[in-house]
Amino acid sequence: MLDRAGKWVRNAWVPLAVIAFAFLYPDLLPYLDDLPLIGTLLPAVGTVVIMIVFTMMAVGLNVVVGYAGLLDLGYVAFYAAGAYTAAWLASQQFEQVNFHFGSVGLAPTVPGIHLSFWIVLLLAGCFTALVGIAIGLPTLRLRGDYLAIVTLGFGEIIPQFVRNADSIKGFDLTHGAFGISPIDSPGFGEKLHDTLGLPLNYQQSSNRAELYFYTALLLLLITVFVSVRLRDSRLGRAWIAIREDETAAAAMGVPLMRTKTWAYATGAFFGGVAGAYYASFKGGAFPSDFYFNLSVFILCMVILGGMGSVWGAIAGGLFLSYLDQEGLAKIGTELGIQDVPKYNFGIYGLIIVLVMLFRPTGLIPERRHKREMEEGVHDTPFYDVQLEGADTDRDPADD
Amino acid sequence: MTDLLVANDVRKEFGGLTAVNDVDFTIPQGSIVSLIGPNGAGKTTFFNMLTGVYKPTSGQIVFDGTDVTGKPPHAITQLGVGRTFQNIRLFQQMTALENVLVGMHSRLASGFIRTILRTPKIRRQEREAIERARELLRFCSLRGRDDEWARNLSYGDQRRLEVARALATEPKLLLLDEPTAGMNPQETAAFTDFVSKLRSEHDLTVLMIEHDMKVIMSISDRVTVLDYGEKIAEGAPKEVQKDERVIEAYLGRAATA
Repeated sequence: MLDRAGKWVRNAWVPLAVIAFAFLYPDLLPYLDDLPLIGTLLPAVGTVVIMIVFTMMAVGLNVVVGYAGLLDLGYVAFYAAGAYTAAWLASQQFEQVNFHFGSVGLAPTVPGIHLSFWIVLLLAGCFTALVGIAIGLPTLRLRGDYLAIVTLGFGEIIPQFVRNADSIKGFDLTHGAFGISPIDSPGFGEKLHDTLGLPLNYQQSSNRAELYFYTALLLLLITVFVSVRLRDSRLGRAWIAIREDETAAAAMGVPLMRTKTWAYATGAFFGGVAGAYYASFKGGAFPSDFYFNLSVFILCMVILGGMGSVWGAIAGGLFLSYLDQEGLAKIGTELGIQDVPKYNFGIYGLIIVLVMLFRPTGLIPERRHKREMEEGVHDTPFYDVQLEGADTDRDPADD
Repeated sequence: MTDLLVANDVRKEFGGLTAVNDVDFTIPQGSIVSLIGPNGAGKTTFFNMLTGVYKPTSGQIVFDGTDVTGKPPHAITQLGVGRTFQNIRLFQQMTALENVLVGMHSRLASGFIRTILRTPKIRRQEREAIERARELLRFCSLRGRDDEWARNLSYGDQRRLEVARALATEPKLLLLDEPTAGMNPQETAAFTDFVSKLRSEHDLTVLMIEHDMKVIMSISDRVTVLDYGEKIAEGAPKEVQKDERVIEAYLGRAATA
């Protein structure tokens, strides 16, 4: 028993240390700020919230693209679906009704649907998973490039729909280009605040950024946990088998449609939760947030980190979203160049090209790819066809 | 002897080409049946219809009392048809053990939520599956290769791993598509013994596509010959060997004169 615990600690100490550091980050930041060189580059706590939201999406997309090998170029559609679910269920958008359940900081007379934010998060995930299934059922029969093109289409359709659905036969579903705001604040209400000391109301709190930060971190941990558990399961094996060879997987009894749809639904669920959380943090759901570049950006995080690797998706997600949110501007200031953020996508492109050249399996490669790099691949044939069967120098002992 | 598989008037057309032309075919329970014929005779196409990769243009396939015509591959596998591929199709980026575990997919159950929570039931099931997979690997002479990546295995081992993976689906009928292709005589002989052992120890029925006459003659109970999509002969190996149409198909008309 002790032995097993020791082994567990040896295997887990790096992630544990990272998690501990992450939780202490807001407290450490004032001290870290004084460090030479990197001190000034460290992101503010509020920025880290956004970084974590993007990282959640990268981990979710990694299930679809990395595990199951389904190239999805429309992930932003799930992000939008999650954000709008939050907006519908926790704002004054539907003035016709007045339904309150567990929302904080609102008078009961305020019109609209106002559910507790925690329920909203869960419902946003579930609704988005349903959207994922709805998109998946007709499209997942396609393979490779064809699937990518169709998902690209859906990634465009949903934001366009959202932008224009402000008058469906007179019914205002999304409030068009203005978006829906404000969205209710997360919080635990007075009862839980008084008994357990949980925060009352995030948005009216003096340490708003910190509260959002800790909650985001918890959500990311759950995402990673689920993602790892699924990877090491019967379903995860089936995903990888499909990625490797669809025909063989089907012949081994893996139902292709159902298994792929599970990957899609799982990825969509996390995209939806991330979208809802981000909408809450920003205080609204705005159609201008959901543009095609974002799908590519999240895909870049997965590729940069290492396809199929959870830790890679986290590293890639944090790194690229940091650059996007704060890093480029800060580095520019350090270097005395003002316009660095203007060249953002050019810089990301360059980073991707460099990583693909020097580390093609990503920053933190998946176990399977890593072995390939270390061991090399046996591809020397036993016999040389052109010399009509002459033995090659391949040593059977190597096999 | 009852028939495990019955195919009636099975036909497959690809555009204007008739790859398999109204073939009747049966596999008796517990037998080893070989399907032979020159290249392009429609053997693999026929195989692919049995396993659900292709849907027959017309005709009916009944496996173990169930009509499987046009069913998807995974459903047919679940009913008890395991297969290997002509050109090896292992999951390259998975270990030998994982390959076999994928083969068990339809024999394991797992709810989505229970998988995430990893309930004791799921844990036990996984443990048992891994144990069974190791046994299968040993049975297929792959002892000690469990954690080797499939792509790093030698050619012969890859062939054996494909069989292990197919056995993991717990088939009643095992389809082998040119299993000895690319093997040297010793490996072929060993494989022939292995197939006989499979039948006796695993209570299997075997259908195989094969080109090596020595293999066919030594272990088949029955041989079916296809040529240009048509069945031209069927019977015990010795009979088929003497059949004029078969000799003609393989060697050409002049040879029979």
